[in-house]
Amino acid sequence: MIDENVVRHVAWLARIQLEEDELKKFIPQFTKILEYFSILDEVQEDVEPLYHVNELKNVFRDDEPEDPLPRDEILRNAPKKENGYFRGPRIV
Amino acid sequence: MRIRDWIESDDKERILEEVLRKAKKNEYNEFITVNENVFISKDSLKGLPVAIKDNISTKGIETTCASLILRGYVPPYDAHVVELLKNAEASIIGKTNMDEFAMGTTSETSYFGVVRNPWDKKRVAGGSSGGSAAAVAGGVVPVALGSDTGGSVRCPASFCGIVGLKPTYGAVSRYGLIAYANSLEQIGVFANTVEDVALIYNIIKGKDERDATSQDSEDVFPLNEDPRKIRVGVPREYFGEGVDEGVEREVWKAIKLMEDLGAEYEEISMKYTKYALPAYYIIAMSEASSNLARYDGIRYGLRFEEDEDFETTISKIRAKGFGEEVKRRILLGTYALSKGYYGRYYLKALKVRRLIKEEFDRVLSKFDVLVTPTMPFTAPKIGEIKDPLSLYMADVNTVPVNLAGVPAVSVPCGFSKALPVGMQIIGKRFNERRLLEIARWYEVNSKVRRWS
Repeated sequence: MIDENVVRHVAWLARIQLEEDELKKFIPQFTKILEYFSILDEVQEDVEPLYHVNELKNVFRDDEPEDPLPRDEILRNAPKKENGYFRGPRIV
Repeated sequence: MRIRDWIESDDKERILEEVLRKAKKNEYNEFITVNENVFISKDSLKGLPVAIKDNISTKGIETTCASLILRGYVPPYDAHVVELLKNAEASIIGKTNMDEFAMGTTSETSYFGVVRNPWDKKRVAGGSSGGSAAAVAGGVVPVALGSDTGGSVRCPASFCGIVGLKPTYGAVSRYGLIAYANSLEQIGVFANTVEDVALIYNIIKGKDERDATSQDSEDVFPLNEDPRKIRVGVPREYFGEGVDEGVEREVWKAIKLMEDLGAEYEEISMKYTKYALPAYYIIAMSEASSNLARYDGIRYGLRFEEDEDFETTISKIRAKGFGEEVKRRILLGTYALSKGYYGRYYLKALKVRRLIKEEFDRVLSKFDVLVTPTMPFTAPKIGEIKDPLSLYMADVNTVPVNLAGVPAVSVPCGFSKALPVGMQIIGKRFNERRLLEIARWYEVNSKVRRWS
């Protein structure tokens, strides 16, 4: 059952602060979409889940150190930075 | 424009100027960024103008995924396919408009506005790679790259009356493709002819160490002109409810033409088809919820002047930076992966994926290709389909191919009420050569193709 609490909880898990009108809109939409998804319940065969179509295993490469991208290039896209570091919001 | 027109032209400078003029005019809202820093050379492919979907990283050229959250982001490296195109000395003309993070079927979810269909500007170009398709169909460039997670190359190719290839999963490196649903997506090619698609695909395919799922495969260029003993499977379920009469008529005409030309066809049934759409959306949304967790405004992207505590700050950035469809998919994906629902939705969808993949392998062991309508209808009007679930349903014929990981191409096969109809030809895993040879053989004999 999709209700306001479920959508609020999922939005919290996904770290998206929904507006009230979005929340109201999503409840009936999610109900309808999930109801449609539940036609999968008709499939009875129990097989192994397929994570990846080519089912490759253990694709290794040599563990050679390489030069990383220069620090200033990586920082170029950062909206806030300080002394060569990203500046994040306060955590504690 | 075909690639041949470029190669044979002795005034490439004039063509390139014309391409840039059209790209800047942006008649169909097909470009987000135009790159004027292109060079020119007189021989072969050198300088060939190519447009790139805006979710494929281009060093030094803004790459936004058509999202506010990535506006202003300039990648410090090139995607592998872009490296390969640059090695072939192609000119990157610009970054094309698309559905935000490739989530959509009509290119209406772009932060930069809807892409218009060159056949009728009141209609959508299809999605999610709508800008790439419109740039080719509108005669701006001869070639463009897109990405296809559930039909995002084939759908706009179909709506815009051009050729669009989704390669086998693993045939093209995804390094530098900004992820939406990694286990489903591939970079694909748009052009006016199958031959041009083959030429560009041949350049971008192959193993790359930075994408562990990539593999080498047989060269496809040049294509043999006369493929023989063609066996075509026609799965009934793909002509089901919701398929427009005109679309069905044109695809059947194409199948009959192939028969007249010596191919054998057989109608078959693929019983898991109806489960492909829900399985696809559950897997794609689940992967999206994980992939898009990285957008927090710290290393790149949208950030507000004032910070609050960590959780509030990133929750507000993500609320403002993502559009409605992206939020819908992240939230539904989060739900499908959450405690108590994981088994019912995500795990169930992965099991159904195995059944669908095995059904494709079985059927494709008997036929060279399968033929279906690419889309159930021709290009709808802008704003015509509003309900999210109805839009998802439009992908009914394209998503099974991504679940199975096999290659497919959409080729123009006729018109319904003056709008192009696309036919989907599905091939065997890593056998793009046979697929494209059959597509080209049909294209040459059908005389439906058109280029500008």
